[in-house]
Amino acid sequence: MEKKVKVYSTSPCPYCIRAKQFLKDNNIVFEDLDVSGNQAAAEEMIQKSGQMGVPVLDIDGEIIVGFDKEKIKSALGI
Amino acid sequence: MYDLIIIGAGPAGITASVYAARKRMDVIVISKDIGGQTVWSGDIENYTGYQFITGPDLAAKFEEHMKKFAIQLKENEAAAGLKKVGEKIVVETDKGNYEAKTVIVASGKRSRELNVPGEEKFKNKGLTYCATCDAPLFNGKEVAVIGGGNSALDAAIQLMRIVKKIYLINITKQFTGDPIMQEQVISSKIVTVFNDAQVNEIIGDKFVSGIKIKRSGAEETLAVGGVFVEIGLLPNSDFAKELAQNEFSEIKVNSRNETNIPGIFAAGDVTDVPEKQIVIAAGEGSKAALGAFRYLIQHKFS
Repeated sequence: MEKKVKVYSTSPCPYCIRAKQFLKDNNIVFEDLDVSGNQAAAEEMIQKSGQMGVPVLDIDGEIIVGFDKEKIKSALGI
Repeated sequence: MYDLIIIGAGPAGITASVYAARKRMDVIVISKDIGGQTVWSGDIENYTGYQFITGPDLAAKFEEHMKKFAIQLKENEAAAGLKKVGEKIVVETDKGNYEAKTVIVASGKRSRELNVPGEEKFKNKGLTYCATCDAPLFNGKEVAVIGGGNSALDAAIQLMRIVKKIYLINITKQFTGDPIMQEQVISSKIVTVFNDAQVNEIIGDKFVSGIKIKRSGAEETLAVGGVFVEIGLLPNSDFAKELAQNEFSEIKVNSRNETNIPGIFAAGDVTDVPEKQIVIAAGEGSKAALGAFRYLIQHKFS
């Protein structure tokens, strides 16, 4: 079954861009939440990850802070 | 034993790897990340061949170029030691040991830290070194920017549109950044400048709630929800203590990228080469790889 993937990001953040590109390259469908214009998403991200750095990925409830390729791969099972 | 170990995968390390691969050297690249500081650069308009490209895009091009060759790559791995034992050079990392006939140190620079209590605890919990990335998360808050150079002024200018109040805390008597940026910052109603002031501590519970500073001989606490540290860069040369370094901890190289230890070369921002630019780092990386190749040919290894 396809995993539910959310990416919390800001538009200028380089590792957010690369994380999203990585997901696209691997044909992973994800919800893109820009926390700069979306206060509710920002609070959700801070509450889930306990920190304020972007990007944060939520892969079926597994929270990954930063563009950590290996963790993302293992969470996605790819 | 490898022909060549390259430490770092920024413009210098990646260019060196491409040159080494084309010379058919047995090469391995060990790096914490790919792209180095290029990833953090905003808009780049001075890398030859690209009239305009963003930092992340150029870094992706570099990575693509490297991956065109069968270059071994150890990502998320940091060098911890470097020494020459007889004719072999040993690179220690946080995950293992590697041996080679030649090494290129291209480990670049990192953000300088404040080294005050609370800094470690509040990293990414209100304290950040990347205004470009994280500024939007501080919408409507009161924040402090630490520094007085161009990067600090640039951070303040970005934040002026987002936050409610900025304290700009500068350790020197006056800013060192460009006058045009200084004027922009000083004329803003929401910016308060404290020159000749020093940060003593970052405080808070789960997230930053304030900073303690000292100015005019007295300590005071400023209530802020964010701290942006923009106090320059430090070379990643701590693991290479056996190499001669200058007063800024940059590795000394000659015009052939040779260090004081034969067989060990260095390139890019970690070295004392004048001017730190992406195009210069790339050029230095190619020189170092060609130097290492020549060294391999000229030396007999048992």
